[in-house]
Amino acid sequence: MNTVDSDRPGVNAAELRAGHLPRLLPARIWGGPASLAEHLARHGPLPAIGRDAGSRAEFIAEVGRAGLTGRGGAGFPTARKLHAVATGRDVPVVIANGTEGEPASAKDKVLLAREPHLVLDGAALAARMVGAPRAIVVVHDAVREIVDDAAAQRRRARLDRVRVTVMTATGGFVAGEASALVNWVGHGIPLPTAVPPRVSERGLDGRPTLVQNVETLAHLALIARHGARWFRTLGTPAEPGSMLVTIIGAVHRPGVYETEIGRPVSEVLDLAGGPAAALAALLIGGYFGTWLDPATVGALPFSAAGLRPAGGSPGAGLVAALPAGACGLTETARVARYLAAESAGQCGPCVFGLDSIAGELEALAAGRRFDQARLRRWLGQVDGRGACHHPDGAVHMIRSALDVFAAEIGRHARGWCRGTRSPGVLPVPPRRAP
Amino acid sequence: MTGRARLRVDPIACDARGLCAEVLPELITLDDWGFPIILARDVPPGLRHEAAEAVRLCPTLAPRLDHTARDR
Amino acid sequence: MSTVAAAGSQNLWFLSRGSGLVLLILFSAVIVLGVATRTGSAPRRWPRFAVAELHRTLSLFAVALLVLHVVTAILDPFVTIGWAAAVLPLASPYRTLAIGMGALAVDLSGAVLLTSVLRQRLGQRTWRAVHWLAYLAWPAAFIHSLTAGNDLGIWWVALAEAGSAAAVAAAVLARVFSRSRGEPPSGPPRPASAREVLRVR
Repeated sequence: MNTVDSDRPGVNAAELRAGHLPRLLPARIWGGPASLAEHLARHGPLPAIGRDAGSRAEFIAEVGRAGLTGRGGAGFPTARKLHAVATGRDVPVVIANGTEGEPASAKDKVLLAREPHLVLDGAALAARMVGAPRAIVVVHDAVREIVDDAAAQRRRARLDRVRVTVMTATGGFVAGEASALVNWVGHGIPLPTAVPPRVSERGLDGRPTLVQNVETLAHLALIARHGARWFRTLGTPAEPGSMLVTIIGAVHRPGVYETEIGRPVSEVLDLAGGPAAALAALLIGGYFGTWLDPATVGALPFSAAGLRPAGGSPGAGLVAALPAGACGLTETARVARYLAAESAGQCGPCVFGLDSIAGELEALAAGRRFDQARLRRWLGQVDGRGACHHPDGAVHMIRSALDVFAAEIGRHARGWCRGTRSPGVLPVPPRRAP
Repeated sequence: MTGRARLRVDPIACDARGLCAEVLPELITLDDWGFPIILARDVPPGLRHEAAEAVRLCPTLAPRLDHTARDR
Repeated sequence: MSTVAAAGSQNLWFLSRGSGLVLLILFSAVIVLGVATRTGSAPRRWPRFAVAELHRTLSLFAVALLVLHVVTAILDPFVTIGWAAAVLPLASPYRTLAIGMGALAVDLSGAVLLTSVLRQRLGQRTWRAVHWLAYLAWPAAFIHSLTAGNDLGIWWVALAEAGSAAAVAAAVLARVFSRSRGEPPSGPPRPASAREVLRVR
C-alpha cells in the first residue's frame, strides 16, 4: 500500500528499507519533532560519504541515477546542480531553502517540524558533496525553535563535519526565490537580483551557492542510506521517488501527505479523505500553478509528464480543491491581488502590470465592467518582463483561471455569480507592514 | 560587422524614462506603463549604431548590448 | 610697449569676466536641463533623448568655456592668482575665498565630467553618487561669480545673476517635488511615480 495511514502504528525500519511510504514523514501525524535519538533509531546514522573527491563524485553520480529533482517547484535535476556547484571556481556554500513563502503550502514547515534531522542530514551531506564548509538553513519563523534545537543537539553530538547555521525567513512570497534567498542571507534584503549570473556560479559572497529545498535535502539524506535503486521503487521511471503534497480546500482531511509521484490525481485527493463536496476546480502547484477541471484531470498522473497535456505541473505540491459553492473568479482575484502586493517592487512591468491585472480581476469578480481583451493584453505584456519569474507565475495561474472559469465569466457579465459561500478557500495573508 | 549583437534591458535598473524607444523604435516599443518591450533580441547590422546610442543615452544604464562571436 | 601690454591685459580681463558671466548662464541652463531630463518635465513635444543630449552638449561646451575662463584669469597680469589656485581652493593670494569658490566649482565639475565620460565603465551607482556634486558645484560657482568680480553694478549683469539663480532654484524645487517622469503614453491609472513605487537600489 502506498498511502500514509494515520491510524497505522509507527513504520518500522524494515518497511522503510523496502521502499514503502512513508519515507519522509513519520506515520503518526500528531507529535513533536523526532529527537536525534529517535531519528537515528528510525533511519540509522548517515553514511560517512565524501571523505575524498572520488567518493563525492561517485555519490553525486548515484544521486543522478536516482533521478532526484528539486522539490521546491522548479524540478531541476539535483545531481546536475550538485555537480555545477562542486566544480565551481571558488569555495561553495549551501543554503537549505525552508522559507515556504507560498501561503497555502505547509509541507516544508511540517517536514521541519517533524523530521528536522532528516533535513539537517541532507544539508550537511550536500555541503560535504560540494566541498562547502558551511550550510545555512533558512526556515519559516513557525519552526525556527525546533530547527535550532535540532541543530544544537547535533552540535553537542559533534555529528556534522560542516558548520550548520539556522536563520529565519521573512515570510514574503518572493523570499524563497534563489537569488532573493542569497540576498537575504548575505545582505538582509529578501529581494531577487538580476540573473545572470546564476547563484550556482556566483551567489553568497560571490561563491558558487547551492540553494536546495529542504524536502529535496531530506530525500538526499535517504538516498545516501538506501541508494538510487531504493529511491526508484516508487514513482515513475522519468520522475522517481515520493513527494510531499499539501492538500487544502473542500476535502475531508486537509493536510500534508506523502505520495509517490505519478499516481492519479483523484487518488492523491483520497489521501486527504477525498472531496467533501462537488468540486468546481482544482488549483494544482501553488499560486503560480494551474487551475484545472477536476473531471478531466482526476485520472491524470500527478507528475510533470502526466499533467503537462493539461497545461499543469505538480509544482511545489499544492492541491487546492475548490468546492462548487465557491466563486473561482473571486478566489483568483484575491490571490492575484496578493501576488501583486508581494512583488519585490523592482521591475515596472511586475509592479504596475500585476497591480492593473489584479484590479481588472477584482472588477470581474465584483460583476463590474470587465475588459477581457485588455486583461489578456496586459497578461502578455507582463509575462517574462521581470528580473525573476514572479510575474510569469502569476500570469500562468491567471490565464488558467480565465480558461477554467470561462462559464463563470459569462455569468458575471450578466450579473450572476454561482458562489454561495464567502471567499477564502485559498489563504491570503494580511498585508504586512512595508 | 561580424558576430551577433543581442539587446536586452535590465528590468531592475529600468525606470521607464523612454529614451531607448525614441532612438530605436524599430526594436523597442513601450508597454501600457511606459516600460520597454524588446521586439527582437538580435540587432541587425543596420541598427547597431542606434542600439549603441540607446545604451549610451539611457539615464539609468538599463539597456545592454551583448556582442557574441559568430555562432558556430 | 607698455600700452600694448596694458591693452593686452585689458583683453584678458574682459575675456575672463565675459566668459565668467556666460559660464554662469550656461551652467544654470545645464542644471535646468539636467532636472528636465531626470523628471521628464520638458515640453511634451521635445523627445526625451533630445533634452538629455542638449544637457550633455551644453555641459561640454561649458567645460570648454571654463578652461578659457580659468586660463585668461590666471594669465591676466593685473592680478596674481597662480595656476594652483585653479584647482586648490585656498591657494590664491588675491581674493582667496572668492577664487577658492571658483576652484571648488572646478574640482566638483571635473569630477562630474570625468565620471560622466566614463559612465558605462564605472557603472550607474558610482556615476550617480558623483553626479549629485553638481548641486554643490553650482552654489560654489554662483558665490564665486558674486564675489570674484566687480561687475554687479551693471544692470544686465545683475539681471543675469538673478535670472540664473531663479532658474536653478525653480529647477531644484521641481527636482525635490518631482514625479520621476511624466504621464505614460496611454493606459490605466497608476501610482504617481515609478521612482517612488519602484524600489531605489
